[in-house]
Amino acid sequence: MRTLPRSALASLAAIVVAVPVMALMPLVLQDYAHGLLVGLMSYVTLATAWAMFSGPTRYISLATVAFYGIGAYTVAVLGDHLAFAAILGAAALIGLGVALVVGLATLRLAGIYFVIFSFGLAELVRQVITWFETTVTHTLGRYIFIDVTTVQIYWLLLGLASVSLLLRWGIENSRFGLAVHAIGDDETVARHAGVNVTGVKLALFAASAVLITLAGAVQAPRWTYVEPSIVFNPTISFITLIMALLGGANRLWGPVVGAVPLYFFFEWLSVRWHDQFSIILGLTFVAVVFLLPNGVLALFERRRDADPVDRHA
Amino acid sequence: MLVSTFVIGLVLGGTYALIALGLTIQYGVARIMNLAYGEIVIAGAFFTFVLVTSSGLSPLLGLALILPLSFGLSWLVYGLMMQPLVRRSGHGGKLEIDSILLTFGLMFLAQGLFVWGFGASFSGYSWLQTPVGVFGAKIAVGRVLGLGFVILIGGGLWLAMSRTRWGVNLRAVATRPEFAPLVGIDREKAARMAFALGGGIAGAAGSIMSMYQTFTAVDGSFLTMKALVIVIMGGVGNLGGAIVAGLIIGIVEAYVSYLVDPGLTLAATYAIFLAVLLWRPKGLFA
Repeated sequence: MRTLPRSALASLAAIVVAVPVMALMPLVLQDYAHGLLVGLMSYVTLATAWAMFSGPTRYISLATVAFYGIGAYTVAVLGDHLAFAAILGAAALIGLGVALVVGLATLRLAGIYFVIFSFGLAELVRQVITWFETTVTHTLGRYIFIDVTTVQIYWLLLGLASVSLLLRWGIENSRFGLAVHAIGDDETVARHAGVNVTGVKLALFAASAVLITLAGAVQAPRWTYVEPSIVFNPTISFITLIMALLGGANRLWGPVVGAVPLYFFFEWLSVRWHDQFSIILGLTFVAVVFLLPNGVLALFERRRDADPVDRHA
Repeated sequence: MLVSTFVIGLVLGGTYALIALGLTIQYGVARIMNLAYGEIVIAGAFFTFVLVTSSGLSPLLGLALILPLSFGLSWLVYGLMMQPLVRRSGHGGKLEIDSILLTFGLMFLAQGLFVWGFGASFSGYSWLQTPVGVFGAKIAVGRVLGLGFVILIGGGLWLAMSRTRWGVNLRAVATRPEFAPLVGIDREKAARMAFALGGGIAGAAGSIMSMYQTFTAVDGSFLTMKALVIVIMGGVGNLGGAIVAGLIIGIVEAYVSYLVDPGLTLAATYAIFLAVLLWRPKGLFA
């Protein structure tokens, strides 16, 4: 049996400690904070799931909201017909299907094709759904009446976030993880070393997409009324991306570290500077790209490495 | 109706072709994947719109002014923002990722500014709306004139790229970026020139577009999406390819919106893109 490095065990311990603590939060906090917890956990999940694929492979996905919206809209369509658990299963399958189609078309080619496709994917899905709803079903906009409390949604999201973190932890500490990093470093070399490059990318993209789809599906009951233009809001993709980059998309905890402060910052911004929200969002993004190209965690790590006493830690 | 739809598609495709020409030069030579490209087009449209509606000036003046203005703006953006990235990460894959991220941020920034300044509804002015008959299709004079400008600018660009020393330099950097410095071409200068030139074309295209159609503050990303697809279809850096691909997309879009649904134009573009990816990922003419 292979022994894991101490840092990997520490990360695992951190997940094992953090999850129960976060699970108890709604019991400690008052009702009004529950909505904030849901929003926060949603972005923790989205950013972690996004970084699972885009961090190590360096394929920038701009399609977060495409999957998120597919999840939410599936719930809106199936809400009256199936049990919630079955709907979540259906949403995951649809997300998986779309991810496989997009992945098979683009991931065998250079990264740029994937970026371009993901850039338009949300808009593409939104157009197709809108067209289908207006010409075939004649119901644009749907109501969701599913009996799920805010706290239950929070726990479901916490579950998704934990699965995302554990899955990434598992990948990082396996042979599969080595293959993923080899692709990120140099695809040609990885291919010559016998890595099934397309297969690895496809698997990772599909896993990330399914988690994002579920995050959208789980939250759908909170909206009550759903319309394609509401659930396919490009700002969600954008915010997810900044969060993951701020913390460092290459590290397990990076997206979480980025998501927590930025979530509260953006919540405050959207109230205080509502009209200038996107301007400040854009500026924040540009600042992150210039000042923290590898994320905050890399900054700390560099400082620690520079200190000779701590080198063995 | 099928013939007039074709003519409408041709005019639309002409604008797409012009928009894509600028992008294919930017990406082909400077290797900067500019996701904020459509925002320059919209900036050109708003600039002309303000000139026409607030000062009562001619849109043609707007076109004449926006070309150097957007060229200069892109020149500055390259110097202030892209150059540091190029110096930090070299010309390889890291630059591609950094520039995608940076321009994605700039896209949001610009859209935020446009919405804040002009609101999210449709903007436009009416100019040369008198219809003329072209192959049985009734088309506004402004649209026909727009197509004329597209041909003029596109043709001029093609001549400059293929017949002048300046154009040869740019093409050299586009095709063999590592070897260009060996024959005395300043790669960084060429990249900056290409980025600025692409921006200038984008601004001009926006000004022309505003002459015959309405637009909104957030239309830029749609234009970028379509232009990117056209660039890939035509082959990166291939001017002729971009023009043909732009016309194809315009015509297909016109038919889809006439025969199926106007709300599916982007879906049609992406369906073509998917076919290109599966069949000829290096472009139709590779």
